[in-house]
Amino acid sequence: MPVLEIDQRVDAKGLSCPLPIVKTAQAMKAMTSGQVLEVLASDPGSVKDFAAWSKTTGHEIVESGSDGAVFRFVIRKN
Amino acid sequence: MDETINPINLVLFSGTDDKLQAAAVLAAGAAALGKPVNVFLQYWALDAFRADRIGADHGLAPEAGTEGRAHVDGLRKAGQASWAETLRQAKELGGVDIEACSLSMDLLGIEQSDLDPLVDGVEGVTSFYLNAGEGQVVFI
Repeated sequence: MPVLEIDQRVDAKGLSCPLPIVKTAQAMKAMTSGQVLEVLASDPGSVKDFAAWSKTTGHEIVESGSDGAVFRFVIRKN
Repeated sequence: MDETINPINLVLFSGTDDKLQAAAVLAAGAAALGKPVNVFLQYWALDAFRADRIGADHGLAPEAGTEGRAHVDGLRKAGQASWAETLRQAKELGGVDIEACSLSMDLLGIEQSDLDPLVDGVEGVTSFYLNAGEGQVVFI
């Protein structure tokens, strides 16, 4: 699998709901279609929140994972 | 975003920090999903948006008790953004309009210049309902 090129990063670690999503939406606004955003968050609610946000907005989560404390999402702007 | 999407309409009545925080979370979440958000400030919620006291301690709802107070303080110490900051972030996304209820302005004896810049304007309930359209109305 080719390595995804990250165009933009958001570090939302330490932020509580809903700021990880709000910061992500803010970053997305400044990006162009097809660009890729990496988000790091520590809010455990972010797993379901990012899934719901992706479903509603159409921005695709192309990678996600967690080391137990930090959740990582890689999102492609639609 | 689809132009036909219904707004979410939050009527804020209570002026305690916990209820305002919960309302700010609802507003910011909806804004992040691209939903238009109309916030209508009445009574004690409007009072909390006065420029000279928006950052003050507005207390908690009675059901919080001393234990609730400790939980809220704990979250704040852990770095949780204030409700005013959460609303500022939501407004940066666009689509969030915050209006003061004109009756409540009379009740408190204040002018728009007394309010924090988070507040976009003053309107009556008819204008609120017109903007609310077919969207849900939530009273907090």
